[in-house]
Amino acid sequence: MSGLFTLHWTWFLAIIGMGLATYTTRISGLLLMRGVVVKGRLKAALDAVPPSVLMAVITPTILMTGRAESLAAVATAIAAFMRAPLLLTILIGMISVVGLRWLGL
Amino acid sequence: MTELYVKETEAKRAFSSDLRAGFVDMTPMLLVYVPVAMLWGAVATAKGFSPLEAFLMSFFVYAGTAQFIAVDMWREPLPIAVLIFTTFVVNLRLVMMSASISRHMDTIAKRLHPFLMYILTDEAWAIVERRAAAERLTLGYFLGVALPLWPTWFLSSTMGAALGTGIGNPATIGLDFAYAAMLLCIVIGFWRGPRTGVVIAVSGLIAAAAKFYLPGPWYILLGGLAGVAAAALLHSEEEA
Repeated sequence: MSGLFTLHWTWFLAIIGMGLATYTTRISGLLLMRGVVVKGRLKAALDAVPPSVLMAVITPTILMTGRAESLAAVATAIAAFMRAPLLLTILIGMISVVGLRWLGL
Repeated sequence: MTELYVKETEAKRAFSSDLRAGFVDMTPMLLVYVPVAMLWGAVATAKGFSPLEAFLMSFFVYAGTAQFIAVDMWREPLPIAVLIFTTFVVNLRLVMMSASISRHMDTIAKRLHPFLMYILTDEAWAIVERRAAAERLTLGYFLGVALPLWPTWFLSSTMGAALGTGIGNPATIGLDFAYAAMLLCIVIGFWRGPRTGVVIAVSGLIAAAAKFYLPGPWYILLGGLAGVAAAALLHSEEEA
């Protein structure tokens, strides 16, 4: 059982290492782009980063978990296409997933 | 003298109104951040983390996906090198995010960039990119979005760690789906016609294949890169 302020020094080391690894990724995009002129094909590629990366992040949840999750994702996407506000869209997704799971889909 | 004064007050007013606009656009994220961070804290406690250790990880690493994967791998003797390497791989998507957003940061003083990158998360980045696609990105807006999320994350996860596993199952109210729903909404927000559809389809397909065939978190990087490559291939120079 650990107390509120227990600190294993090896754990601390791992945490600091993970922090440095994460910050390296966060700062390196900025450093890589220093002085680079962005146009043409490179611009098209960078403009695609947001939808592409975010889609990859959610793929296991919306495509590989179950029918309820995939159908709830469709409902969420329709709400988003109809320009519903973000909070409403999230709620539609949550309500659909609960309902669909309850139906046993 | 008065002219300078007027300019300064105008700049201050613009800063605080951008700050507020960013804060308002960020608030839906709290619905996701607070419960997800608390859940992470509870999972970490189950692995033997003290609230202090949970706090330190959320403060210094501040990357939800990587933190969940790390506590899942947490065991004695601690595989420190593997943990650090895995964290790096999971977070390689942040290289693309930081490269993409850096194009819109020319109005922001250079000395602030290293800190702004420290508080760059998937969600903050997605909101800030959406703003940058519509109008000029300012320091006020960036801070309004990204700054409140950091303490929200590390305080909520510390609280989750202190409360332990008594916080209940988030699946019963669909909270486990909230994160995906939020990111999906943001993905659709970047829709610019059929080409975006191709990018999303390629990314999803490759990510699914990678998730299925490869162990670990490579699917994020591979899916992300595949979609970006598709966009580059579809680009034709005539349109400019």
